Amino acid sequence: MTQAALVIDNLKKIYASGTEALKGVSLTVPAGDFFGLLGPNGAGKTTVLGIVTGLVNKTAGTVSVFGCDIDKEPEKAKAHIGLVGQEINFNPFEKPFDIVVNQAGYYGIPRSVAIPRAKKLLVDLGLGDKMTQKAMTLSGGMKRRLMIARALVHQPRFLILDEPTAGVDVELRRGMWEYLRALTKEGLTILLTTHYLEEAEQLCRHIAIINKGQIISNGSMKDILKKLKSETISIDLTQPVTSNALDALRAYGPKKVDDTTIEIEIGAGRGLHDAIMILDQHHLAVQSVRNKSGKLEEVFVKLINE
Amino acid sequence: MGASGNWISFYTMVRKDIVRMFRIWVQTFLPSVVTSVLYFLIFGTVLGSKIGDMQGVPYMTFVVPGLVMLAIVTTSYANTSFMFFASKFFARSIDEILVSPTPPWVIIAGFIGGGIVRGMLVGVLVLLVSLFFTGLHLAVHNVVIIFCFAILTALIFALAGLVNGVYAKSIDGINIIPTFVLTPLVYLGGVFYSVHVLPPWWQTITYADPLFYLVNGFRYGFLGITDISLLMSVGILLGMVVVLIAINWYLIRKGLGVKQ
Repeated sequence: MTQAALVIDNLKKIYASGTEALKGVSLTVPAGDFFGLLGPNGAGKTTVLGIVTGLVNKTAGTVSVFGCDIDKEPEKAKAHIGLVGQEINFNPFEKPFDIVVNQAGYYGIPRSVAIPRAKKLLVDLGLGDKMTQKAMTLSGGMKRRLMIARALVHQPRFLILDEPTAGVDVELRRGMWEYLRALTKEGLTILLTTHYLEEAEQLCRHIAIINKGQIISNGSMKDILKKLKSETISIDLTQPVTSNALDALRAYGPKKVDDTTIEIEIGAGRGLHDAIMILDQHHLAVQSVRNKSGKLEEVFVKLINE
Repeated sequence: MGASGNWISFYTMVRKDIVRMFRIWVQTFLPSVVTSVLYFLIFGTVLGSKIGDMQGVPYMTFVVPGLVMLAIVTTSYANTSFMFFASKFFARSIDEILVSPTPPWVIIAGFIGGGIVRGMLVGVLVLLVSLFFTGLHLAVHNVVIIFCFAILTALIFALAGLVNGVYAKSIDGINIIPTFVLTPLVYLGGVFYSVHVLPPWWQTITYADPLFYLVNGFRYGFLGITDISLLMSVGILLGMVVVLIAINWYLIRKGLGVKQ
């Protein structure tokens, strides 16, 4: 049986202020997985990651990384992890090259090994021409990529990404997705938190949803999406929709968005094909069909509101 | 991580700090030198000519070891307290080290390493400056004792600065201790006078000042004169080192001031 990258058991955290951030979180991230930990603001995602990486003291529970308990073998556990935190946390007066090489040093990697590795990472992440500029001069997206380079320089087996694409434009974000996908193909395990659910849907094989300090759903992406009993579809028509057509679609809970656009709910016994047939019977040709929002987003909203 | 990994991590921390202090040398080295020049001018040249000899040596010669020591104390303390505070307060760059497998004792060694290097470099600079005020004459009784007491001073105050840096919650937190604790210790620690010129009750208070033992031992290395047993000084100072290391180890291991 393959060893899990991360095993969290009954993790609890009460902050000094009395806030109960985690109420017994249990979670397993399989080795080699691309795992998403999703939840609304304040759900406890960053607290979980903080405890795993040694930045937050836990109140109770156990955590092990590739079999190394973070209480009994903290140094061994940390050696497996690379962290891209939510906040920018490097010295802005330092150069990207120095930031990455120094980080390797904290993991006991000699400079002779760290220097070529840092250069390659920075070039691969599109920061080749920024290596020797002060980090403060980098754009928001560049700073994020610098943090990824820093987290990878010691070649960790387990990469933790806490909202890595926050504030990054679409093109760069997609570039980062490709880079991360390639890393998982090489065997790296990734734990991702993000507010972009489309991102999680595209990247993650397994996800857990956390709300108010508790895991409310946990499984493969496929199984989680199956929880969606109905989804909202937007249909653009070539001609204005008629009241007769809307009446014929009443089983689908139709909403008229504008003259030529309607939204319907499809699900068990209410297929999209049948709805299009009804529109055809009313001489309304369909121009385009699309999901109103991502499937995961709909599941997420439903689970959070339950 | 192993011994070699720990050494590399320690070397990385100290190297990074040394690169920083040379990059901003106007802020890290120059102020102590300028302050020392003022002390030499006022206490050595102006007031010293009125005081005459102290324990059988010219006052300017007497005050040199104390002023070198003063520079080492303030610089090594300020370096670790500010470095640690800045790394946890500005941009949270302390996380770079906390997430790594660097054990607590290496983190302590890395921070105080930078403090010791800066303290010693500033001490050498102030000593060189003092030559201009002593006619290029430098009395040296025992160079090994000078070096040992200089290192011991930098070590003790770098460790004390680290405790301050860990506890400080604001920039005021790293200024209060130097102002209200360090400065009185410096002035009452025999930098500018021999303890024998004080009334008995004041002498008793001075014996409670750790700086007194450091200045006394350091001065012995230069001038060969001492107010108390050198062995006792070393014993007391090593005791302080052990206590300060234990406090720092506890604070860093628990993550007080840096972990939630």
